[in-house]
Amino acid sequence: MTAQTFRLPQGGRISREEALTFSFDGQEYTGFRGDTLASALLANGVHQIGTSVKLGRARGVFAAGSEEPNAVVQIEKPFPEPMLQATAVELYEGLAASSLPGRGRLADEPDPARYDAVHTHCDLLVVGAGPAGLAAAAAAARTGARVILADEQPELGGSLLGTGTLLDWAADVGAELDAAPEVRVLRRTTVFGHYDDNYVLAVERRTGHLGEKAPAHLSRERVWRIRARRVVLATGAHERSLAFGDNDRPGVMLAGAARTYVNRYGVLPGRRAVVFTTNDSAYAAALDLAAAGVEVAAVVDTRPEPGEAARVAAQAGIEVLRGYAVTGTTGEPHVTSVTAAALGEESTGRELAADLLLVSGGWNPVVHLYSQAGGKLRHDEALGSFVPDTCRQAVEVAGAAGGPASLPACLADGASAGTRAVEAEGFAIREPLQLPAAADSATSEPSSPAAQLWVVPGADPDRSFVDLQRDVTVADLARATGAGLRSVEHVKRYTTAGTAHDQGKTSGVLASGVVAHLLGVEVGELGTTTFRSPYAPVSFAALAGRDRGALHDPVRVTALHDWHIAHGAEFENVGQWKRPWYYPRDGEDMTAAVLRECRAAREGVALMDASTLGKIEVRGPDAGVFLDRLYTNMMSNLKVGRIRYGVMCGADGMVFDDGTVIRLAEDRYLTTTTTGNAAAVLEWMEEWLQTEWPELKVHCTSVTEQWATVALVGPRSRDVLGSLAPHLAVDNTDFPFMTWRDTEVAGIPARVCRISFSGELAYEINVLPWYATALWEALYEAGRPQGITPYGTETMHVLRAEKGYPIVGQDTDGTVTPQDLGMSWVVSKKKRDFVGKRSHARADASRPDRKHLVGLLPDDPGTLLPEGAHLVADAPLPEPPVPMLGHVTSSYRSAALGRTFALALVKGGRELIGDRLYAPVGGALVPVTVTSSVLYDPEGARRDG
Amino acid sequence: MGDTADRRSPLAHTADRFAAATRASGGALRLAELPFLAQVNVRLDPKGPAADAVGLALGMTLPLEPNTVVHGGGLTAVWLGPDEWLVVGPPGSQEGLQEKVRTAIGSEHASVVDVSAQRTTLLVAGRHARDLLAHGCSLDLHPRSLGAGRCAQTTLARAQVVLVPRDAYKPGFWVLVRSSFASYLADWLLDAAAEYTAPKATASAHATSEYAMPQFAETSS
Amino acid sequence: MLLIPCPWCGSRDEAEFHYGGQAHVPYPEDPASLDDTQWARYLFFRANPKGPLAERWCHTDGCRRWFNAVRNTATHDILAVYKPGEPRPVIA
Repeated sequence: MTAQTFRLPQGGRISREEALTFSFDGQEYTGFRGDTLASALLANGVHQIGTSVKLGRARGVFAAGSEEPNAVVQIEKPFPEPMLQATAVELYEGLAASSLPGRGRLADEPDPARYDAVHTHCDLLVVGAGPAGLAAAAAAARTGARVILADEQPELGGSLLGTGTLLDWAADVGAELDAAPEVRVLRRTTVFGHYDDNYVLAVERRTGHLGEKAPAHLSRERVWRIRARRVVLATGAHERSLAFGDNDRPGVMLAGAARTYVNRYGVLPGRRAVVFTTNDSAYAAALDLAAAGVEVAAVVDTRPEPGEAARVAAQAGIEVLRGYAVTGTTGEPHVTSVTAAALGEESTGRELAADLLLVSGGWNPVVHLYSQAGGKLRHDEALGSFVPDTCRQAVEVAGAAGGPASLPACLADGASAGTRAVEAEGFAIREPLQLPAAADSATSEPSSPAAQLWVVPGADPDRSFVDLQRDVTVADLARATGAGLRSVEHVKRYTTAGTAHDQGKTSGVLASGVVAHLLGVEVGELGTTTFRSPYAPVSFAALAGRDRGALHDPVRVTALHDWHIAHGAEFENVGQWKRPWYYPRDGEDMTAAVLRECRAAREGVALMDASTLGKIEVRGPDAGVFLDRLYTNMMSNLKVGRIRYGVMCGADGMVFDDGTVIRLAEDRYLTTTTTGNAAAVLEWMEEWLQTEWPELKVHCTSVTEQWATVALVGPRSRDVLGSLAPHLAVDNTDFPFMTWRDTEVAGIPARVCRISFSGELAYEINVLPWYATALWEALYEAGRPQGITPYGTETMHVLRAEKGYPIVGQDTDGTVTPQDLGMSWVVSKKKRDFVGKRSHARADASRPDRKHLVGLLPDDPGTLLPEGAHLVADAPLPEPPVPMLGHVTSSYRSAALGRTFALALVKGGRELIGDRLYAPVGGALVPVTVTSSVLYDPEGARRDG
Repeated sequence: MGDTADRRSPLAHTADRFAAATRASGGALRLAELPFLAQVNVRLDPKGPAADAVGLALGMTLPLEPNTVVHGGGLTAVWLGPDEWLVVGPPGSQEGLQEKVRTAIGSEHASVVDVSAQRTTLLVAGRHARDLLAHGCSLDLHPRSLGAGRCAQTTLARAQVVLVPRDAYKPGFWVLVRSSFASYLADWLLDAAAEYTAPKATASAHATSEYAMPQFAETSS
Repeated sequence: MLLIPCPWCGSRDEAEFHYGGQAHVPYPEDPASLDDTQWARYLFFRANPKGPLAERWCHTDGCRRWFNAVRNTATHDILAVYKPGEPRPVIA
């Protein structure tokens, strides 16, 4: 363990009573509560954090916040996380981190922490709790408006934390806001996305800073989904880098960051400093460092006449090199000396010994969110950067995010922006906010204009880094422009500048400046690259929140689900539904189980949970007319008590859905839909009724879950039903195929329908789902003597395929007409119109090479074709292109046929019945014979038992 | 109707977990299924004579303003659409309710459908009820927006729901959810409630402020 | 996430809605009387302007009503919403 030799004896916002032990690259150190990993490392004299991604050059801490391009670490404990900025990781007891060669690695274990999301709404969202943001939130909160203030730091104050000014005021405002009932202050919360209609996403780091002590019941990170009526962006400014030779060594740091390490963390980032600047702000840093005991060797100012700030510095005994620039550094790898040369002269330059080089190329307003929100930017010549101009959303910018501003100006700007925002929402200001007198001498000095310097003359372009994280140099940018690229967007993609985790926060404007310089155009003319969310890296775990594991997507279950589980069902996902797939017995594989279930349904009795079918009650005097228009066949002439199968097409004539239609009464129908299409069919019906045919007196109501449905199937099904339904005449004459009866089954009120999706004698018994288990168990018990067998969706598919019944969405794909399916019989020729009819008359619908649904029998009765397999005419394969005739849509082993079979869509397939085709499977061509799609009981002899 | 002894609601298997979470929250949350409520879907022309007749028969006017409810005589009429309502009553009352409404409507064009089993009803109450729902509901749940007398059809987590604030004074909601989604939604609610139902539940009720406060504020000067 | 003002329920998240394509493309009075070209025009051809476009939307997760919205396809601004059967409002 080493002492914190670079820690000042006092000062800073750290809690010196709470020492924390942590490790970096295996070495143990101490720091304090309130440190970041970066400040704690600097306090221990550790500057090098890793090596760069392409060139492997040593890199150190460059900034003090989420704009950090360099100091990216791997966290090892308590849970591995890659690529975190050491400047944004709060120190905690037991933190273990390691350096990275530019790239991290993901954990190979599941993250045990919770992550969640919360939706919230407010009249005003203020982003950033620096002087402008605090003033905006405080002014707005006094009106009773709902205000959210979000800031990425654990403590309010923003830039004040770095300059050490007005901290008591910030604390007082924070306390007032915390106490206000309609205000929510979100600390440790990074606003990372600003979308349409002021929909704003932020991530709150709730417990990560507690390390091992993080309570397990609290989410570690929370995504706030904020809908704000108005937004004030008080996001401040980022200091910009300068490009000169070897400007990437550890010990080179942004001037404002160095000031923050001294004032906020009580850490000296070095002992002897050179300051390289183009503007006044770095003088404040120089003075603060000097006051803290750093020897400031010189301020190198590119401006020949830097003005008042330089005079103050000189008065304090700091040498100011006017009209000079830093051209290079030396050190192995940490900076040991700096070379400064007079601009515009052929001079050898001056060597200045230093272990710290502060850099300030000016300030870029943080316009990321403003730009994401649709705000337009304009170039500000004096600032050398891009500033907000106009925005189509209710968004205002306050403070340094809008351009250069003194502290008093930031405070006033924030207060008026906050006031304006809530007044616009109808809240009245009762007493205006009293603003504190700002005493920051550095910002109240009359300032002299900043200069811009994009490329330092005499510096080595191959070692002048623009994007530190991506190792992009001035020379790289020159290669891009040399290759003819003229747009910053293209240069970005060519060089990768600005594409790292930091998205070029400190380097983006510099890159634009260098490119403009190389092309000889104005920066404003060239523009910037697009600002995209997220503003800062967000973990996938946070974005996923609670939507992972079992809660990833809703699991819909029927009332019989627990029974299925208790009886060992394997489940299949059908849309969001979990449906029993098959019920393996001990030692059975799927093939054996399905063959057994199929045999039971064809030879004895079997039962299936069919509750997932969509059900829509269609009522009204025009219900018959309405259904006639939507189904291809006639429904208005269906007699009460009877059932008809129907197909629906889209206006394009392609099959959309199918199901049965039950006529309950003169003005009442119950239609069923396929499981996956229930919602779509209801929406389709409502669209026609609400938009095209409002004159029809029809109402549609979903009753999908009002009814549980049990299919009782097989030659012995009548016996089982009869034994439980004493009031029901079950024989074929009294209860014929495609009719329904209301009765009681096992004492439960039930609607029994004689419908068959297997070709066997079958019943669908509908009861309230509250009684579904009672019904099912009664059937299961009553059928025991006949060996009643529960079956799942796989058996259902085999049984229906043997009969050539298509499944919409499996045997059809949106390009298939009823005629293609061989179902012309379901298409009415009598009706004047129905949706899809006109399209059936298009020339395209009667092409002879349309794909037809046919059966396929592999020559080898044991060969199971893969679904999706292509079909070709010739073996061996001719030279490509080989004409594709179609594909396999369904393929099964049939117990009844004692062999495998398939359904397929084949060009002109009905004309090919009896022909031989080939399915390329793996390296082989599997020979198959085309047959009718109906392979079992084509006479329909079995449906009446 | 079958023997009620054989009757099983969609969340019967969740009752114990709801009760445990309610106890653990120390009064901050109450989670329960309100099973078997009578629910009748009524669709008719709000401007026609049937609307008035149904209102008279039920002793309450059907709400015409979107996203509002009317309570009366043990019933709640929930606005579902400009010509659609859900009338909710005590368990077992659905037959009588339908009969009453159908008689009132007479020969007018209207649709009255029993949907009592289509959805089940969850009670989410307690001072953290809004916080809990806000984990998965994009609507503004603030009493200024969704207070007593209002209702909303929206999504909670990834399930469609009908939200009905139940009390003007104590925070609480009916959450009506399709029966097939009920288990998913119950699991989701119990997971989201962890923050409010952990062993030290009363402390965790203030979790946000406790853990978000700077832990070194006293050193500022 | 857009806010879409449902004519009945007020502003709701875009995720509660389903898109229904261009509005004011009525189902032809008598499809049988149209030739293939006219029918294809109804089936397959839709406007694709940069700027205001009248569209059908359905408040699927809410009141399940279909309505029309005029949306600026370049900015996503919803310029007007109106109920089916109502004329398209004049957008300045």
